[in-house]
Amino acid sequence: MTTDVMLTADTVGQRRENLYFALRNPKVLIGLTIVVGLALLGVIGPFFLSATPNEYIGPKSEAPSADHWLGTTYFGQDVFTQFVHGLRSSYLVGSLGGLIAFVIGMSVGFTAGYRGGLVDEFLNMLTNVVLVLPALAVLIVISSYLEVRGVISQAVIIGLFSWPWVARAVRAQTFTLRNRDYVDLAKLTGKRPGQIIMREIMPNMASYLLMSVILLFGGAILFAAMLDFIGMGPSNSVSLGSMMQQAMAWSSLHLGLWWWFVPPGAAITLIVGGLYITNVGLDEVFNPKLREK
Amino acid sequence: MGRYFRRKLLIYGVTFFIAVTINFAIPRLMPGDPVARMLTRNKVANVESSEAMRVYFTDLFGLDVPLWQQYLNYWAALFKGDLGVSVFAFPSPVTSIILDALPYTLGLLLPSILLSWFVGNSLGAVAARSKWLDNTALPASYLLTAVPYMWLAILLAWVGGVILGWFPVAGGYSFALRPSFTWVFIVDLFHHWVLPFLSLFLVALGGWAIGMRNLVIYELESDYSNYLQALGAPRRLVRRYAFRNAMLPQISGLALQLGVVVGGALVTEVVFAYPGLGSLLLNAIQNQDFFLLQGILLFIVIGVLLFNFLADVVYVLVDPRTRLGLEGGVS
Repeated sequence: MTTDVMLTADTVGQRRENLYFALRNPKVLIGLTIVVGLALLGVIGPFFLSATPNEYIGPKSEAPSADHWLGTTYFGQDVFTQFVHGLRSSYLVGSLGGLIAFVIGMSVGFTAGYRGGLVDEFLNMLTNVVLVLPALAVLIVISSYLEVRGVISQAVIIGLFSWPWVARAVRAQTFTLRNRDYVDLAKLTGKRPGQIIMREIMPNMASYLLMSVILLFGGAILFAAMLDFIGMGPSNSVSLGSMMQQAMAWSSLHLGLWWWFVPPGAAITLIVGGLYITNVGLDEVFNPKLREK
Repeated sequence: MGRYFRRKLLIYGVTFFIAVTINFAIPRLMPGDPVARMLTRNKVANVESSEAMRVYFTDLFGLDVPLWQQYLNYWAALFKGDLGVSVFAFPSPVTSIILDALPYTLGLLLPSILLSWFVGNSLGAVAARSKWLDNTALPASYLLTAVPYMWLAILLAWVGGVILGWFPVAGGYSFALRPSFTWVFIVDLFHHWVLPFLSLFLVALGGWAIGMRNLVIYELESDYSNYLQALGAPRRLVRRYAFRNAMLPQISGLALQLGVVVGGALVTEVVFAYPGLGSLLLNAIQNQDFFLLQGILLFIVIGVLLFNFLADVVYVLVDPRTRLGLEGGVS
């Protein structure tokens, strides 16, 4: 019983230590500030804006001013309103799509790595096949057949095609962990495979899993933006990608309406860049070798 | 080596099979009847002519036979190079339309992929050496990898095309010219090529630089590097060994990255209205031209598979371990 107490104290201590270094790592702080800040803008912002994103509210093609912070579109829609709503849908697609990809990738990776044998052969083949498929082209073709496209369905199809590299990495890690003594011990005590994976193997790669969630999140946002830009985005809603599509379609380049196409792309760059920077910072937090520099 | 290639070929074969099957299945599994959709698009009010068109389209799609036979017919047509007839450029066959657009996409993709790989890797290797370069090049690289392809393309078109007026903003060549082998046309072609190329090149550059930097640093910390240094080997030599070892994952990374770069090329072409597969894809979507859409997907898949195979061959040439059937290069 005493060892048990000591063990839990140990893990809590380690968690505290990681948190301690995470909160003092400038990269993590900068990255998280950007990502969380824009997320808050997207979540809270719409409540303070009276107009709906596609409403024609003001003068046409007006430059940014106190009334319209990011100016208006060619049709007199408020760019800032669209931007805030677009942020919201970007985060929604990113988190949902990333989560779906993560769950699939993790299940495939753990099953393949832990079971081995024929199951592994099959799952590995599946992973390699999806890995080679050019995801965006497949996504475009699938979306073009959907009659009604929503944020949810977009997130689902993005998730279905972006998991392979996670599965690959998790499988490789599981291979190295599954023959450790403590896993054998757990097997001897009669734990079920699911339990062993959850309790014995997963905690040992928690840091890695956290980092892949972050990368998947960013990847899903980029994918969604590209789909929206092609015109395969959710019907009847505004997203950062569809803002850029509209801006291009109504020749904002030649009219000089830079406030229409610069903010949405800049937001995506900031979010994804912020996620990458957070990831590098977390790498330093979890890997003490990188920390002392 | 034989085992390595057999395995790879098997994977590519299965991928091709699955891609073709997806291509076949999507229009038939998706909710909604493609024939009905074609009819509504043509806005036929007359019942009789509507019925005639239904029969015509059902026959054209080959939907009047059982599903398994449709599937076999699909494969048979595929091997004859017959991908159907385009709706948007009726009556040209899909294959010829795609073959017309293909050179433009390849002309963008190949140089940007190879150059960004080469420059990015050199940059990363140098950055791993110098603290100053590391502090400037690394943040810039992260920013570049986070940029959505189309946004960089839009910015380049805006700055280089509209504000500065140095480059044309749209098209593959001036409308006043006809494609021909004259100097005027080639210069014009190059002029239109610069901006799309640049945007693809820049986005890919960052990723390679970051990857190479991390790999070189990792290699420099490994045992053989330490050993060489302890023996008093010159730093240049150690660096060179590290660089050559770090090269291997980057070669397989090249193949993995390809799908992403192809996607990027598609949206970049849309921004610049560049007459390659991307613009064709957009046309196909806007005109609900499903034969064309599927044909493009199939061409992209075949291209990606071919390129992957090439990367495998290069890998075997570069890494002697795969040739001797030792470790390394396991799929």
